[in-house]
Amino acid sequence: MSQDTLFDKVWDLHKVSSLPGGSDQIFIGLHLIHEVTSPQAFGALKDKNLKVKFPERTVATVDHIVPTDNQSRPFKDNLAEKMIETLEKNCLEHKIRFFNIGSGNQGIVHVVAPELGLTQPGMTIACGDSHTSTHGAFGSIAFGIGTSQVRDVLATQTLAMNKLKVRQIWCDNKLSKGVYAKDLVLHIINKLGVKAGVGFAYEFAGPAIHELSMEERMTICNMSIEGGARCGYINPDEKTFSYIKNKLCAPKNEHWDRALRWWESLKSDKNSIYDDVIKLDASKVEPTVTWGITPGQSISINQQIPLLDDLSPNDKLVAEEAYEYMSFKPGQLIKDTPVDVCFIGSCTNGRISDLRVAAKVLKGKKVSKNVKAFAVPGSEKVATEAKQEGIDQIFKDSGFQWREPGCSMCLAMNSDKLIGNQVSASSSNRNFKGRQGSPNGRTLLMSPAMVAAAAINGKVSDVREFIN
Amino acid sequence: MKSKFTAPIGKISNMNGQCIPLIGNDIDTDRIIPARFLKCINFDSLGESVFEDDRKTLKGKHPFDLEENKNASILVVNSNFGCGSSREHAPQALMRWGIKAIIGESFADIFYSNCIAIGIPCFTLPKKSIEEIQNYCDNQSLFLEIDLKNSSAESKDLNFNLEIKESSRKMFLSGEWDATSTLLDNKNLIENKFNQLPYIKFNTNFL
Repeated sequence: MSQDTLFDKVWDLHKVSSLPGGSDQIFIGLHLIHEVTSPQAFGALKDKNLKVKFPERTVATVDHIVPTDNQSRPFKDNLAEKMIETLEKNCLEHKIRFFNIGSGNQGIVHVVAPELGLTQPGMTIACGDSHTSTHGAFGSIAFGIGTSQVRDVLATQTLAMNKLKVRQIWCDNKLSKGVYAKDLVLHIINKLGVKAGVGFAYEFAGPAIHELSMEERMTICNMSIEGGARCGYINPDEKTFSYIKNKLCAPKNEHWDRALRWWESLKSDKNSIYDDVIKLDASKVEPTVTWGITPGQSISINQQIPLLDDLSPNDKLVAEEAYEYMSFKPGQLIKDTPVDVCFIGSCTNGRISDLRVAAKVLKGKKVSKNVKAFAVPGSEKVATEAKQEGIDQIFKDSGFQWREPGCSMCLAMNSDKLIGNQVSASSSNRNFKGRQGSPNGRTLLMSPAMVAAAAINGKVSDVREFIN
Repeated sequence: MKSKFTAPIGKISNMNGQCIPLIGNDIDTDRIIPARFLKCINFDSLGESVFEDDRKTLKGKHPFDLEENKNASILVVNSNFGCGSSREHAPQALMRWGIKAIIGESFADIFYSNCIAIGIPCFTLPKKSIEEIQNYCDNQSLFLEIDLKNSSAESKDLNFNLEIKESSRKMFLSGEWDATSTLLDNKNLIENKFNQLPYIKFNTNFL
């Protein structure tokens, strides 16, 4: 059993009681909600005649269903309009702070909370969304929950949970040029497998992680869930603190100093005990692309799609399904695979640094005429920043469509969808069958820089050929 | 689709039903219920859309479309079932189709807790036993009697010792799997905890 890790410290601090069944009752410091997984929870509160216990500890925004072309109300899609109206009504009724479209702070919930300074070290954070693990980048313990658990947090500010084991993933050295956090996390998921993290929290550590910016760290923690780990985190350091400092909701003045001292004390101890430790060499990671139907099915840009014989018995079943669905042949190179759609955005890679990197690749170049390319900033703040820096113009000049903030084609709950069996190069997080809105659409996950390179060439490309 | 849906309530200790085998590892919640069906403010109509895209692809040959499975209630799956999105819509859709329990090699964490929260016990069995059930179902229907008290599953030909997390087993047997009231019992402890947390004090700008 793990001891003295950040996870242990934060878990123990938030433990309210041991429940009769053997699980723990955990206090949730910050609860984030959005329009998709909250309406039924509010409905259940009403049925049970319960109130929201600490309305000030829940913050709402709208992201999954918002259109990215025309956000004027009412939305063209009646169901989407109904969902945003329901959220507005619930927030008003229960006095929950809601960052609506046009507030300047709307966006993907996992982009918005950190940029507001809501996400802080040592907090427990829950949200009805599996990518809540993103917030672990700040040394918080953050995890996705279902709607019944959203109800529980609203009603009690606590959850019944079994404590997770802790696996440290130690990343030595540093990433090479043209290789990004997305490549590293895809590499990790490939090496460990998509279910290795079940029952675990992942602590990402080591020089390669230390080197990453906060936004890159968010990309890593965001995809913990794709490796099966409901929660992923990184010990806070100077970068964490300076990211938070002066954000809207950050501690101020003398509170800042107290916060710093406390945050420092949360880090995993030198002699912490982990349930498991994995080490890998980050300098060996290359630009990575998924070829299959799980985020674990990835290869380096110059590798071939694996042969069935090269895979472990457990991986064969899904590999066979993937060859068929993706129309790939074992042994085929992933490089030069033609793409139809290029998507840059999502809670994984829709932040300003992601757009900057992609813009650098796109500057002065044109998107291939066979490609539909679009960029969706992760939040209104990201969009504003991008405009100030002229990044939106670089995207537009290259032939990218520049859209309004939202989750968009990561999960295609709005009108941004693949059509038929189109192939998409996507900076999002899931390449599941049908994920991007067409039941036979095909998704290749990669870093935003790699998506930009694919957009220019009209096919999967090595971004290192675009940068000096 | 089955007759009128009634949500489980109270103690859950015994379940009888026909197995419906679904072969495949890493079956994610997008496949169980595609995102377009999440555009709803209640779960009522999800049952008919469960596995919608997989079913369309298989043109009537998907286990959830086979005539012989129409009254089945125990889903039998392989490993990492329910991975991906946290959408509770996935187990809600399964439940509304008629699934009352799931037996699998392994489950994704969030899917598992969602199932427990709505009253669907999830049991695990070794790969070999799962395959045994799946093979058996190739030729005939398998009716299992599940007893949560001693975690057993019995039928005329096959018997298994099921695994389930002890905390979940206890919650089902006591009827406390619907966590809200249990959590609310500790109202004072929750208040105390709130007052003790360091960051509550220094986050004066939180609101």
